[in-house]
Formats: sequence, C-alpha cells, structure tokens
Amino acid sequence: MTVAAPSAPAAGDLVQSVDWAAIAPPTIAAVAALVVLVADLFVPKRRVKLLGWGAIAGLVVAVAALVPLREGDRSTFCLTTGSGACSYTADHFTLVIQFLVLGGALVTALLSLHDTEEDLPAGEFWFLLLSSAAGAALLPASRDLATLVVALEVASLPAFALVGLKRGDRMSGEAALKFFLSSVTATAVMLLGVSFVYAATGTLHLTEIAQNLDDVPARLEMLAEAGVALTLVGFAFKTAVVPFHFWVPDTYVGAPLPIAAYLSVVGKAVGFTGLILVTVIAFPTYADVWGPALAVLAALTMTVGNVAALRQVPTRAWSAVRLLAWSSVGQAGYLLVPIAAAAYSGDDQIGATVAYALMYAVVNLGAFAVAALVARTHPSNRISDYRGLYATRPGAALAMGFFLLCLAGLPPGIIGLFAKVTVFSAAVDAGLGWLAVVMGVNVVIALYYYLQWTAVLFRAPEGAPGEGTPADRPVPVKQPVPVAVTLAIVVTAAAGVVLSGYPQFVLRFAADTLF
Amino acid sequence: MIDISESVMQFLLAFLVVAPLAGAAAALLPAPPGLRGTSPDQAVLRHGVTVTGAVLAAAIVLTLGFDHDRPSRMQATTDIGWIPALDVRIHLGVDGISLPLLVLTALLTFLCALYSYFNMPAGPSPKAFVALLLVLESGTLATFAVLDLLLFFLAFEMVLIPMYFLIARWGGEGRRPAAWRFILYTLLGSVVMLLGLLLIGLKAGTFDMVALATDNGRDITTSVQVIAVLAIGIGLAVKTPMWPLHSWLPDAHTAAPTVGSVLLAGVLLKMGTYGFVRIALPITPDGMHTLAPYLAAFATAGIIYGSLACLSLARTGARGDLKRLIAYSSVGHMGFVLLGIATMTPTGVNGALFANIAHGLITGLLFFLVGAIKDRYGTADLDTLAGATGAALYGRAPRLGGLLAFAAVASLGLPGLAGFWGEMLALFGAFRPAEGLSRPAFLTFMAVGAFGTLLTAAYLLVVVRRVCMGAKPAPDQPVLPDVQRYEFAAWSPLAVLTVVAGLWPAVLLGLTDPAVQKLLAGGKS
Repeated sequence: MTVAAPSAPAAGDLVQSVDWAAIAPPTIAAVAALVVLVADLFVPKRRVKLLGWGAIAGLVVAVAALVPLREGDRSTFCLTTGSGACSYTADHFTLVIQFLVLGGALVTALLSLHDTEEDLPAGEFWFLLLSSAAGAALLPASRDLATLVVALEVASLPAFALVGLKRGDRMSGEAALKFFLSSVTATAVMLLGVSFVYAATGTLHLTEIAQNLDDVPARLEMLAEAGVALTLVGFAFKTAVVPFHFWVPDTYVGAPLPIAAYLSVVGKAVGFTGLILVTVIAFPTYADVWGPALAVLAALTMTVGNVAALRQVPTRAWSAVRLLAWSSVGQAGYLLVPIAAAAYSGDDQIGATVAYALMYAVVNLGAFAVAALVARTHPSNRISDYRGLYATRPGAALAMGFFLLCLAGLPPGIIGLFAKVTVFSAAVDAGLGWLAVVMGVNVVIALYYYLQWTAVLFRAPEGAPGEGTPADRPVPVKQPVPVAVTLAIVVTAAAGVVLSGYPQFVLRFAADTLF
Repeated sequence: MIDISESVMQFLLAFLVVAPLAGAAAALLPAPPGLRGTSPDQAVLRHGVTVTGAVLAAAIVLTLGFDHDRPSRMQATTDIGWIPALDVRIHLGVDGISLPLLVLTALLTFLCALYSYFNMPAGPSPKAFVALLLVLESGTLATFAVLDLLLFFLAFEMVLIPMYFLIARWGGEGRRPAAWRFILYTLLGSVVMLLGLLLIGLKAGTFDMVALATDNGRDITTSVQVIAVLAIGIGLAVKTPMWPLHSWLPDAHTAAPTVGSVLLAGVLLKMGTYGFVRIALPITPDGMHTLAPYLAAFATAGIIYGSLACLSLARTGARGDLKRLIAYSSVGHMGFVLLGIATMTPTGVNGALFANIAHGLITGLLFFLVGAIKDRYGTADLDTLAGATGAALYGRAPRLGGLLAFAAVASLGLPGLAGFWGEMLALFGAFRPAEGLSRPAFLTFMAVGAFGTLLTAAYLLVVVRRVCMGAKPAPDQPVLPDVQRYEFAAWSPLAVLTVVAGLWPAVLLGLTDPAVQKLLAGGKS
C-alpha cells in the first residue's frame, strides 16, 4: 500500500484521503504481525501459546473486516487526474481471494499452534506467517504492477524463512534454499518484464496498460511482447506451472507440514491471482498469444503433476506429502484451464478458477490437517502409515476419505465434482475441446491415486487379521490430539459437507463477472 | 390405479432417492437401544433389510398411485432450484419409461439385502457393506428419477465408489484388479459423457431433460449433435456395456460377491441403456440418426461375440467360470437392447426397454443361483462342477436344478417367459427401422441377431446339460442342501415376475409404449 500513484502529475492534488476500511484486511494482518513480534519479547517462555492465539485472533479480525466491504464497490489510492485508475480495489474478486487467503492462513495457524510450542521459534513463526498472509491479502487488490510486485514479494519472502524454520533440519534448509533460488529467479524475470511493459506503455496501472497496449508504437511492439511474456513467466514460476514446477516436491517435504499446506493453498492462490490480474485486466490485447500458451501449459501441468503423483511408492518415506505436492501441481493445471478459456470467450470464465480454488483450498487444507494428525504418530508420513486409520480414528479417516474424493471429484465429494464441472464447462464453452479431453484423462489418473489412498484408510490395520472381529485386535494406544488440529479438521470437513449440500456458495462466483 | 394426491406422490419419489442415503448414514452409527438385535452385525444387516423394504414399499405405492392412463406424462414431479450458478435444478419425475426401472431397482436391492441377511459374503464388517449397498441403491434410483442432465451425471457417478468397494472388499479371487478395472473404465467413460452433456447444455441453454426432449434437438446443429451423441454414447456404452468396451464386465462379475453381481447386472447396466433412451434419442435425434447404424453394428457384434465367448467357456475342458459365462451372456443380451434402441422406432425401443427389465429379472436370478452353487461346491468352475458326466443337480438338489434350468430357458428367450418379447421386438424393429436409416443394413443386423439367439440357446442348453444332468450321484457323495427357505424367499419373486412378464407383456408395454411414442416424436404428440 506504500506505493502511491507513480505517474501522478505534479500539478495534481497530491493529498488524498485513504479509505481505511477498504484496506483493513491486509492492514490488520500486518499490524497483528508486528504486535506479535514485539509481544514475543515480553511473553515468558511457558506462556508462548498466547502468541499463537493472538495471531489467530488477528486473522479472525482480518476476515471479519471483509464483511463491511461485501458490496464490492470500494477502491482507494486513485489517480486524481486522467483516467482515475486506482491502485487498490476491493471488488468481489478481491474479497473472495482475500477471504480464501486469510481463511487459509487461519487454518494453517490452527495446525501450527502445537508445533510452535516445541520445535519452532514461536515469535518469528507467527510474525512470518502473518506478514506473508498480509502480502497475499494485498495482492488481489492491487491494480498496478508496482503494488503487485511488492505484494508478491511480501507474500513470498517470509515464506522462504518459514520453509527453513525447522531448527537443525538439513532438509528444511535445503528446501528453503531451492524455494528461494527459484523464486528469486522468477522475481527477477518478472521485474524485467514489468520494466519492459512500463517502457512500452508508460504506465503501471493495469487498466491503462490494457488501453495503451492497443496502440504501442511499431518500434516498441517487440519490447511490449517481450515484457508481456516475461511477466507471465514470472507468475508461472510462482504457481509452479510446468516446466517451472521442480521446486515443489522438495520444498513441501522439507517444510514444516502446516507450511506445506499454506504453500499449497495460499501460495498457489497468490500466483493465480497475479496471473489472472495481468492476463485478463492488463494484457487482454495479447489474448491470442497467452490464451493458447496457457492452454498448452495447463495440459502439460496437469499431466506431469498427475503422472508424477501416480508414481509415488506408498511405502517410501514422506510419500503422503510428496503425493499431495505432486497432486497440487496437477490441480494447478485445472486452475489454469478457465484462465486460458478467458482468452477465447471473455472474463466470465475466471469465476470458474475462483470457485475451483475455493473448493481446493477447503479440501486440501483438510487433507493436510489429517496428514498433520497422522504425522504425530508416524513422523515419516508414508501413505502406508494411513492403513487402518478407520480402526483407530474413524472420524479422521472418514474426513480424509471425503477430502480425497473431493479432490478426485467423485461423489460423496459433490463439491469437488461440481467444481470440476464448472472448469470443464469453461473449456467446452470456449471451444477448447481438446483441453477438456486431456483434463478428462487426467481426472481418471488422479482418481486412481486418490482412491488408492482412500482404500488404504479403510483396510484392516497391519498385523491384524482381515476378518477378525474388532475385539481380537490389539487396542492401539491413542495419543491425545491437540484441540487446534481437531478444530482445523472439523472446520474444513464441515465446510466441505456444507458446500456439497449447497454448492451454490462457491459456484455463484462462476456465474457472474467478478471485476 | 388408486388415487393418491400429487404431493404424496412427490414425497414418495423424493423418499425413494433420499431414504437409502439417510439409511446409509444411520448404518454407520451404533444401533439405538431396542434395535440392537442379537449382535451388532445382525442389527445392521436387519437395518439394511428394513430400509430397502421401506423403499420397495414406497416404490410399489408409487406404482399404484401412478396414473396408468397417461404414462407418457411426467408424474410426481418436483422441480426446485439447487445450484443457480450452473443452472442445476433438483428436477425429479417418473413416467412409463422410468417407473419399471425404479421398481426393478428397489426390488432387486431389497432381495439382495434379504439374501445377505442370511448369507453375508465373507469380508470385513457388515456395517460398511450395508451402508455401501444403500448408497448404491440411492444412486441407481436417482439415475432413473432425475430429469436434469448434470444431476443425471451426479447420480451416474454416485454408484462408482460403492460398487468399487463392494467388489474390492467382499469379492472373490482377483477382486482388486477387477475393481480397479471397473472404476477406471466407467469413470473414463463418464468423463467423456460429461463433456457431451455440457456441450448439449451450453448450446441449448438448459440442462433440463424435459425441456430438451420437448425441443427435440431443434436448437442444436447437427454437427454438434453428432459430437454430443458420440461423447455421451461412449460413456453410456461403457456402462451398458457395448462390445468392444465391455472388457471390464467379465472380471468385475467374476470377482464380485453374489449380491454385487446381481445388482451390477440387474440395475447398473440398465443405467447405460436408460441414458440412451432418455437422452440420446429425444434430445439429439439428428446425431443419433447419423450414428445409429454404427451403434446397431456394434450391438450385433456384441450379440455374436457374447454368445461365442459363452460357447467357448461352456466347452468341456475350457475351465469356464459360470459367473464369467453369465457375464458374457449379459454382453449378448445388452446387444439386443442396443439394437432395439438403434432402430429408433417405437417397436424397437419398446423391445429394448422390455428386454432391459427382463434381463434384470432373469440375469439377477441366474447370478443368485450361480452364487448358491458356488457356495455349495466351493467353486463355479464348470469343469470341476461337471466332472466326467455332469454335476447332476437334478438328482442332488432338485429344486436348485429346476430353478437353474428355468432361468436358463428364460434367458434363451423361450416364448411365454420374459426373455422372449424384448428380443423379438428388437428384431422386429430392425426389420423396419426408422425412416432414413438404411434398411438393408438393418435387415442384415436382424438376420445376424436372430442367428445370435440360436447361439444363445446352444450355450445355455450346454450349461443346463452339464450342471443339471449327469450320472446318478454315488451314495458316498456329501449331501447338497437344496434351496433354503431364505433363498426361496429371495428368488421366487424374480421367477414369478419372469413368468408374469412373459405371459402378460402388456403390463410393461402399456406403460412404456405411450412414453416412447412421445419421446420419439418430441413435443409433437
């Protein structure tokens, strides 16, 4: 929010009032981050849990701050002259993504509450998480390239540190380094692209770029095209689109589990939001270029992600997280489909991405929450560790089965099914029949590994005879589950069930224009 | 027949779809006091019988309240919005085409629940078994009751997970690969079908089947219709199954537990043919017109292929599995159904719908009987069963042998039993196909199909000879228990209905014919 309109003329009125309510959600998260960091100095070691609850409270307030904005008609930091373009807009698109991001951060916070008491440095952890969430919440509202890049960096830089936060863990450090290097490359490429676009159009505001790109002088055309391409490549990196996906599995495995959940949902949402903003708002002129390119990337991404997820060996260490990581690459492919379709048939298709992202956020966070639960007794988190989960924790097993089938898109995961239907329908509507068929094949591949995992949950536990009565089996010793983790599972499962009963809650975004 | 108010009818139809789902959820909870029974297992199996019984009762009352004078009208309709964003409405209704299928589903599921109460297949806890059975029932009933394309797709997908687990958990040898093959094949088919459904919905602007059927494809260009029918047809043909997309079926049937096979053959396959009649024929008639000769050709190939496969399995020394044999015979019988649909004439489509029901009754009975034989002998391998001269079921368990012979004869299409009318009408339809379809081609299909009935008779008679007849059993052979009382209860309704439908086909044809006439004519009649 620090970026004022860069091209404001000197003659204009430089003092403008700020609509504080509109910028409240990211601001509250940022302020909460600072408060927690300072409070860490004064809170005694044994009361460290207070920091966590403080951070959660901050996120809840930030989510609540979205409610007064629900009309979706606020904007601030506007140019006082000329087109009157604004740098910060709280339209429906912004609000939905902010809700997704802050809600995702909230579930992540619930999942990490217990870890911060033992393995992770509490003050730093909460500060980093909240800062990253603040950046991620700022990003969907930004309507100029400078704010966009700043928001993206505010969201990403703390994430590197979060990934590497496990003390004395070699893999964690390596994961952070990989993530950092690939991300910095992406930023550098993107900044180059942004500067080219600025050079060609003379503005950073997305709507003005869209107008100016129409009549770029012939000698600058090459520059503008290169700028557009490089900017998109930068965002493709962030969203882990094939071929820029290689950092994902190692980063997820090395990161603390809740942070992997955070990256898979909020990190993805950030990348996609940026991609949507630049493609649909700033570069509609080049739709004939980025449309086919995104369609091909979507097909590649889902195929590579799903095939790699299919090849995970269930008995290998961390196979569960690896599978979730690769499947998130596959899901990113589905998310790209409506954006590609928007190039052919208008912005309305973007809603399908938003609806799918909401569904994916709920069920993927839920799946990670159950994974965090299982990781407490089986630290290496292999898929085979989930065998017989139904016998020991029926509730968690049923929830996990539900989440996995939602991700696969089969009943009883009705919301997953209809979210996929909206994506399919965007593709069919745009005439991208071949992409729809590729996606169909991918859905079948994905079903194979999701269902295999689901079947493992309900198999008889290892060592117990398959047909024995429950009384014959040794009673497993149950460890108490932290309240926050249970709460996270219950919240996500309840959200999934409610959405399955009334999918309109998320699918309504697929029906109207969000901008 | 009896006058029931429309709102009660609406409730009954909604009850049919929702009650099994609620029952499935209840099956997972511990039994309330007073309903605990002798053991938790017994209590939950009894719960299954109660719920499916209630659903069957509701289906029968629905049939009684159905206005039999106007079976072409959608009755007991409910139409409420559900997902405005996708234009999905909860639109339920029943007409002469779907009513017999609804009753068949409710009946077969009830009989399966009853049979499992006394003879639970070996496997993990019956709790999950009952819950899955009920979800399966809800999914199939919903498929026949919904009138919205996307809801149809949802119901179509709903049966996959329960059936997968029924095969993979309670099945016999080779159940895992068979279950995988079943679910991957059908899912791939249904995803392709979804694309076709979306194409229709987006081009025509609505997903409502009644509106689309009334429109009769006038808003959709022929090329779009051809693509849509191709996509939808592939999905439905996998489920039906149509040769050459049938290869999941024999494995799934061989590995599935008895009740799984009964439901798979009795109702799940019908979802495919029902889709052809309800969606492909009225909504995209031009596309169907283009593709009908190919469908008929594949159907005829299926008839011959199924019978030849059965003949080779029935040979001495082929080590043919009886369940596999009946599965292949399903491929042949469904070929007749598809041939009837492909003629696009009222005669052919009526025949197809009749053959649908007849196949559900007869093949359901056959799978029950083969399951019972497998229980008694420990194998369904024809060579092991028959030994040197034959299994001599007539001598060792006369009632079981008699029933098997009855079901086999019904299956081969003996006049006077249910199997006869459907196949005959389908062949009649092929004799004079709809206008614009190549008559010589269909005459060829008819002749080949008629030859298929001969082959069918041949292998079924071979099976009867090898299983039912044989040398007089030696006195030292263990005594085989004959038909038990519960088996009798589960099987006799099927046998009785087979005879009734054979002797009085007008019961069914009177229901389906007006509805078919209306479907083929679009909104005109």
